[in-house]
Amino acid sequence: MAALAVGALIALALLTAKPVETFVVLPSADGHIGTVVVQRGDSRQVLNQPYATSRFGEAEVSRLSPVEVDRTYGATLHSLPDRPASFLLYFVTGTDELTDESKPELDKMLAVMRARPLPDVLVIGHTDTMGDEATNDQLSAQRAERVKGFLIGIGIAGERIRTAGRGERELLVPTADEVDEPKNRRVEINVR
Amino acid sequence: MRASLAAILFCVSAAALAADAGEIKVVQGSAYLERAGERLALKVGMPVREADVVVTGSNGTVGITFADNSLLSIGPNSNFILERYVFNSTTHVGQFDSRLSKGTLAGVSGKIVKQSPEAMRVHTPSAIMGVRGTEFAVQVGDRH
Repeated sequence: MAALAVGALIALALLTAKPVETFVVLPSADGHIGTVVVQRGDSRQVLNQPYATSRFGEAEVSRLSPVEVDRTYGATLHSLPDRPASFLLYFVTGTDELTDESKPELDKMLAVMRARPLPDVLVIGHTDTMGDEATNDQLSAQRAERVKGFLIGIGIAGERIRTAGRGERELLVPTADEVDEPKNRRVEINVR
Repeated sequence: MRASLAAILFCVSAAALAADAGEIKVVQGSAYLERAGERLALKVGMPVREADVVVTGSNGTVGITFADNSLLSIGPNSNFILERYVFNSTTHVGQFDSRLSKGTLAGVSGKIVKQSPEAMRVHTPSAIMGVRGTEFAVQVGDRH
């Protein structure tokens, strides 16, 4: 009788077996909660609460516990690469010489590079809003190239460095157009 | 003449950048990459390109950092394809489509999503997840 019941349970389990497809939003290291949208055919679930979970075959959004997240995704989450680290460098106008304030920032950057197994570096040039957009795109790219040269000069392998120019799209200090703002004429470095 | 040379150099460097969507940063256990029908051993520092497939074994995990600072990690017993990766480092406009047909995936969105919410998508056999930010995990299995 018991065996029959167990057999029936197993049969039921097989009949009701369904694909596992689970999506979950996780709080980031700084506590920020993001949003993902899961589209299945015509149904659309928005996940925007900590650990909000969308599962195949369930119309309602559920919630995984941190323990369940760790059990299912622990090994995977553990293999996320280190977060890119960002550093800001300012140079004495028209030179390859760092301003005094930027020298400790460079030291911090080098320490982060040493702590990573095989770091790569992205150098991103930015301008202020003086001049038109196309000129600033070019200027920011040139600024990034100059800093790449500087980094090669202090011993960082050139093939591990990429450059980008963002022009005036990402102002550190928001200003109107055609404003001379030294804080916006900067080079950002992402160590990854 | 000078202008055309500059244009050629620009195209070459743009193509080189476009080819590499990201870089392998973490490899543990058994895992390999399939590119154009070839099976390649995974190493830290290896570039990742569009159409690359990452396959992991029962103890394998792989972590990738992408050009736009998005991060992904692929868990054990997984099959992952980078279907489409486009990123303009000047405008941050891009499109990031990947597919998990089996296993687990975790991710942190980057500059593409900051510029264009939901331009990063993870496809599974029955769903599409659009990422507006920031951290997420996905599992695809056979049975409950």
